[in-house]
Amino acid sequence: MAAAPSSMHPAVAQSASAETFIELRGIHKHFGNQEVLCGIDLKLYHGETLCVIGPSGEGKTVMIKHIIGLIQPDEGDIFVAGMHVNRLHEREMAPIRQKVSMLFQGAALFDRMTVEENVAFPLLESGVCDRNEIKQRVLEALTAVDLDDHLDKYPTSLSGGMRKRAGIARAIVARSECILYDEPNSGLDPIGSDIIDQMILRMQRRYGVTSIIVTHDMRSVFKIANRVAMLYRGKIHFLGTPAELEASPDPIVQDFINGHSNITG
Amino acid sequence: MATSAGLLTLPGRTFLHFLTYLGQLTALATELLIAVRSGVWRLKLVARQIVEIGYGSQAVVIVTGAFTGAVFTFQSYAKFKEFGFETTVGAVVSVALCRELGPVLAGLMVAGRVGAAMAADIGTMKVTEQVDALRVMGVHPVDYLVLPRFLAMMISMPFLVAESISFGLIASYMVTSFGYDMPSSWYLTHMIDHTNMEDLSIGMIKGFVFGMLITLISCHQGLSAENGAVGVGAGTTRAVVISSLVLLIVNFFLSILLNYAFPIGSV
Repeated sequence: MAAAPSSMHPAVAQSASAETFIELRGIHKHFGNQEVLCGIDLKLYHGETLCVIGPSGEGKTVMIKHIIGLIQPDEGDIFVAGMHVNRLHEREMAPIRQKVSMLFQGAALFDRMTVEENVAFPLLESGVCDRNEIKQRVLEALTAVDLDDHLDKYPTSLSGGMRKRAGIARAIVARSECILYDEPNSGLDPIGSDIIDQMILRMQRRYGVTSIIVTHDMRSVFKIANRVAMLYRGKIHFLGTPAELEASPDPIVQDFINGHSNITG
Repeated sequence: MATSAGLLTLPGRTFLHFLTYLGQLTALATELLIAVRSGVWRLKLVARQIVEIGYGSQAVVIVTGAFTGAVFTFQSYAKFKEFGFETTVGAVVSVALCRELGPVLAGLMVAGRVGAAMAADIGTMKVTEQVDALRVMGVHPVDYLVLPRFLAMMISMPFLVAESISFGLIASYMVTSFGYDMPSSWYLTHMIDHTNMEDLSIGMIKGFVFGMLITLISCHQGLSAENGAVGVGAGTTRAVVISSLVLLIVNFFLSILLNYAFPIGSV
């Protein structure tokens, strides 16, 4: 059993189940001639919240898509809850996808369904049949993201931020053990962003949910992360606590967190 | 030497692309077979697709069938009259509509209307990550997106072909009866005498096969869509073009095969 990271949230640190939940070993991924991931090694512990930061186009989304089997690595191994993800066929992924859900960058709501139907979809597909239970859980998830007044709307009639929040409701409704968030705060106003941050913290404290959050919002990172991984040139350039991140003398880290482009006007 | 190698590159590459495409279609067909055997058919989605594919395509199939029957009769009547065979027009038109024109024209119309819609619909879902969202929720895209369309097409296509044939015959009958003053009994007698269940069966079988091919080709284009709206547009165009060409080529070989099983004029 791996040791619990010292930086872990109190709720997690108290838990005796601080064992490795996700492990990436030597992940390499090319798209054409471009090597996006050049040997990623990363462990994520049960109940931990890891924020993944880094410049755009460095493969953060590609990395989290590997975890849930949406992309297969060229080299390396991925383990989720002890299961060897990249050795499984698409039809054998169901046990992993019951444990891990994901919020996509563009929310990826189904255009033909209302907000309520979108959020109910994972429950229906996982075999929940009780209509009252479905209604109650959908309402609970939508209330958590402040969207309970928009049940009957279609995704096309929602703003970008509302779509993102509906996507989050769909990701949390099945109460998965782990949720991967791909830029949950992008396109949200500061209040909306805080609602999401509070919701992620609540999911961790109340249900011990493990989270990986790809984000560029440094305020969120310092608010919700137990650990931070910075991707740079296809590798994990920094891995540590938010405090260690802030104190890092590395100029690449400092430039990123302070938003310095090194381009003079 | 370098020139001859260069000359071989293009056909070689094209052949490899063709083999890759066939491989992808086979893989999709295999997944579809697994989905069919799983028994999870999502009948609500099948019903919705029957409305979109079957009910929604009726107008286009009826108009195509009717005017093809009418123009075929109009052209052949004049020529047949030169030889004194004008009373056989009903039989000729009927057999042609049942064996070839009905299924082929209905197939082409459905490829244009439904094939394009399938490719665009699934393609849009692919480029907006809705297909990945299905996968993340443990739903195989073939089970949810392809199987209902496939089953709906299997059910709808024979009916659409039957409609195309029926309205073609009605239009043909009206042209001979009202346009040329040919006694309707002559038309009907010859038509009934020379058209049999085998002719009709060929039309239905072809409709069934064309439906399978259109669904497979169009859904494959949708699931392979990349590069946003441009990719969806290109995939939609390819779905219609490939479906139509494959349909015409397969029709030729299917006709030969089915003529062995149901020889023309075998009654």
